[in-house]
Amino acid sequence: MNTPVSSNGLLGMGMGKRFVGPMVLALLVLPLVLQPFGNAWVRILDMALIYTMLALGLNIVVGFAGLLDLGYVAFFALGAYVYALLASPQLMELLSAYPFLAPLLSAGMHVPWWLILPLSALLAAGMGVLLGAPTLKLRGDYLAIVTLGFGEIIRVFLNNLDHPMNITNGPRGLGSIDPIQIAGHPLSKKLIWGEFELPGVTQYYYLLLIFVAVSVLMCSRLQHSRIGRAWVAIREDEIAAQSMGLNTRNLKLLAFALGATLGGVSGALFAAFQTFISPESFGLGESVMIVAMVVLGGLGHLPGVVLGALLLSTLPELLRYVATPLQDLTGGRIDAAILRQLMIALTMIVVMLLRPQGLWPAPEDRSKTDAP
Amino acid sequence: MTQDTIILQVNGASKRFGGLQALQNVSLALRQGEVYGLIGPNGAGKTTFFNVITGLYKADQGDFFIKGLRYEPSAVDLVAKAGIARTFQNIRLFKEMTVLENVMVAAHIKTHVGVWGALIQSQAFKREEEDIKRRALAALSYVGIQKFASQRAKTLSYGDQRRLEIARALATEPLVLALDEPAAGMNATEKLALRALIQKIRQSGVSILLIEHDVKLVMGLCDRVSVLDEGHLICEGPPQAVQSNPKVIEAYLGLGASVHG
Repeated sequence: MNTPVSSNGLLGMGMGKRFVGPMVLALLVLPLVLQPFGNAWVRILDMALIYTMLALGLNIVVGFAGLLDLGYVAFFALGAYVYALLASPQLMELLSAYPFLAPLLSAGMHVPWWLILPLSALLAAGMGVLLGAPTLKLRGDYLAIVTLGFGEIIRVFLNNLDHPMNITNGPRGLGSIDPIQIAGHPLSKKLIWGEFELPGVTQYYYLLLIFVAVSVLMCSRLQHSRIGRAWVAIREDEIAAQSMGLNTRNLKLLAFALGATLGGVSGALFAAFQTFISPESFGLGESVMIVAMVVLGGLGHLPGVVLGALLLSTLPELLRYVATPLQDLTGGRIDAAILRQLMIALTMIVVMLLRPQGLWPAPEDRSKTDAP
Repeated sequence: MTQDTIILQVNGASKRFGGLQALQNVSLALRQGEVYGLIGPNGAGKTTFFNVITGLYKADQGDFFIKGLRYEPSAVDLVAKAGIARTFQNIRLFKEMTVLENVMVAAHIKTHVGVWGALIQSQAFKREEEDIKRRALAALSYVGIQKFASQRAKTLSYGDQRRLEIARALATEPLVLALDEPAAGMNATEKLALRALIQKIRQSGVSILLIEHDVKLVMGLCDRVSVLDEGHLICEGPPQAVQSNPKVIEAYLGLGASVHG
């Protein structure tokens, strides 16, 4: 049995390897191709990469461990606000009320990103455990409702923490956030080599691409470990998993924590990239969208999740270019924004009807990809 | 260890569900390498007893010992760690996982590498993964379904799903294997194969606690049999003695029952 299976595996890997080279090249060249058409296009890619990271994080919770989390955007918000508070004038104004802190703050609040990112990861992980702990006994719909509430609580907090002390600046949001600086160069600034220009959005693209690549690698390594298998076992049958000796409580908390970590980091990157954030970006709609990316792509299957995230984050933007001409066709009677949402919804319904397992689910027989 | 070493001992287990006394003061002792049958009419409390000793239900009363050490069946995973592995009356596999992965999950309690080891692909991680895979394949070939290793568990035939569940339970390297109606829904050929498998497991030194309705299978396999009726243990002993016990005939076997019945 070994010979055919392993040769199949090798063939599969060889095929995979043949595709990796061109794919990496395409990903590296893509922003350079889009750049001449305007930064807006590259910006769409940047946001798609941030969403990919979010979807990968949520996939750990929903896809691997089977815990339907409808409040995932809370970790994204947490990361974003941690970054924004530690790298913007906001906290300075608050702390300047205390004169004895003045000498510490003379240089302003500019904590470097390589310190904030691990911090936001850690805080998000802690928050993940805090959210996970009371929901351990809940399953399916009940878990979804509790996590949904959690997500809303965070958003309401961000909206209202502008008094009695102005921490989050409420619905007005936080601005003047430091961009990410590498070797003294802020990524928001154009890089110029003679004729060749690299705008800020493209620099962010490459940074985000690295983060996504590392996230994919992390997720895939976790998936093919005893931890990943234990998560899937819990998803498939919790009682059977327990009777195999799995401590489902700790494993679920671990899934919540690791999923939240990716959410926190992508939130911090989002804040640095946008340099402005407000509670509006972290509503229930976002949570639902991230769940939709995971489910539409292929629950628990990494290539599918990435595909789902890329599709659902770019599709609304691409449809802008379809919706406007359509609006003109109807003599402006239909609102372009509504038309766009209609088309997104329609796409999602069609995909789920035609491919209920997602666009790219895990293969049925894995002997070809996974030689035993 | 001799044949007389007591592996699992239950003293006075009781469990009540509202107005129903599902178990009343049930005691039994399971010896090393023994096949112990638990029979009784439907609703007698057999599965409840399984669920109590494996921690799925919390017992109202009772003392539980594995190899003379007291264990508290308060959490299912702790019982599994203590050395009792079980199968389920309505098969509970990890359906979307491959057959091999199902068994690999069972290695969890015997392995240790954590998140960090997996992320950096440490040497210890790779060695452990190899080891898990090798042992899982061994468990699959032990029950005779290694050729399905890379298929999803849900694609297996009914009999093979039962086998996989047994392989998975054995992969936790238990002292006691508790089988809840393993022959249910099997045809005659599958039953014969199951019987051979249980004999093989017993010879490896694992004690087996067996709930089964197939009287022929129970009488042919078990060293000792207990009969439960309405939560009470009404009789215990070697199969022949139990079979001719009037109380058992009245409660369960019915008149005219015999070894061939």
